[in-house]
Amino acid sequence: MCLGIPGRIVRIVDEQGLRMGEIDFGGVTRKVCLAYVPEALIGDYAIVHAGFAICRVDEKEAARTLELAREIKTQLAEEDE
Amino acid sequence: MKFLDEFRDAAVVHALIGQIRATITRPWTIMEVCGGQTHTIVRYGLDELLPREVALVHGPGCPVCVTPIEMIDLAIELSNRPEITLCSFGDMLRVPGSTRDLFDARAAGGDVRVVYSPLDALELARREPIREVVFFAVGFETTAPTTAMVVHQAARLKVPNFSVIAAHVRVPPAIEAILCSDENRVQGFLAAGHVCTVMGIDEYRPLVEKFKVPIIVTGFEPVDLLQGVAMCVAQLEEGRAEVENQYARSVKNEGNIAARDLMAEVFTFVDRRWRGFATLPKSALALSDRYAAYDAIRRFGLTQTRANEPIECRAGEVLRGLLKPPQCPAFGNSCTPDHPLGAPMVSTEGACAAYFRAGRLAAAATEAK
Repeated sequence: MCLGIPGRIVRIVDEQGLRMGEIDFGGVTRKVCLAYVPEALIGDYAIVHAGFAICRVDEKEAARTLELAREIKTQLAEEDE
Repeated sequence: MKFLDEFRDAAVVHALIGQIRATITRPWTIMEVCGGQTHTIVRYGLDELLPREVALVHGPGCPVCVTPIEMIDLAIELSNRPEITLCSFGDMLRVPGSTRDLFDARAAGGDVRVVYSPLDALELARREPIREVVFFAVGFETTAPTTAMVVHQAARLKVPNFSVIAAHVRVPPAIEAILCSDENRVQGFLAAGHVCTVMGIDEYRPLVEKFKVPIIVTGFEPVDLLQGVAMCVAQLEEGRAEVENQYARSVKNEGNIAARDLMAEVFTFVDRRWRGFATLPKSALALSDRYAAYDAIRRFGLTQTRANEPIECRAGEVLRGLLKPPQCPAFGNSCTPDHPLGAPMVSTEGACAAYFRAGRLAAAATEAK
């Protein structure tokens, strides 16, 4: 139910006072409400849930999370050697 | 796809498992409270990859599953009225009410439709002004802002033939109920990432202080979940109890302010009975008086009558994390996704459906013994 899919904002429009737009999910584009991500720009990634972008994905934080996980990989490999 | 594939990297998954194995010295029980996380765990077999000391138990993380039977009866009752078009998310239509489900109501002539987004329901109301369109709104704090926005839009654009049955629920009161219970054995929690994307993480600090349990805000992919487990195990081993945020790419401390502001305007906290639980104080969201005109329960003068679950279904224990689905005698026998006895077998996020679809039937038989 709380499923959220990351996609890239490709279009931003105003529809009757509501911030709407289109998001590209790896080739499939859907209409999405962008009212809850007023800071998001075209090209940004957002998590989409039930037709609404609920946040902008922070690329730096994503990279940091992966970095932490990959460090462990390296540490373990070194310990094995 | 970006932000998905890299968080499914098998080498990183194995490294995290290795890290957990290297840290852990004794058994710990950790609960996730999100159906999406339950599905990732079961689908990728993460629970089977983890060292035996880690017991992952599945909590009441599926909002469809915890929606009380009497609210489903209300929706069915409304769908019987000739002027009403009832819409909801697909999962909701197959959840058994006390005598039947919404699909049965549709087969009997009710106008029941599936929508992907609450926006579709509002659009339907504008397209068909002679119909009374009722949106049966379920979901945790992730989904509640989507309902808040359409109710707000309906009021702003003066759409008179649109209303909602607000059945939204909040996660923190459920965690509190689990921790207060005498039967509790959960020592740490993985909090639902997208709920916190909206609400932020401050709501969880009082729980950590009161109950001295670690709560890790966690994402949905295998790397996320294992990192969440690793962070939780590290806290438990070190005797710490803090709120930590594994899912920082989506969750800010303050959550989504725009969404929280509109939720505060459109909803008010109410007590509600959850399937599998008693009445939980302030655990649900109802429409505030300002938006009373869009509340289907008030508009159509509905009254809720208490209804009981089928005795054979042990969904209550599954939802409280006391029973794994395969331990229920009905699982895979009298209860399957085609003929569900209880909601957790219906919803794509229910724990019973997760085990069934992942083919955990053989394991089921062994575990049951």
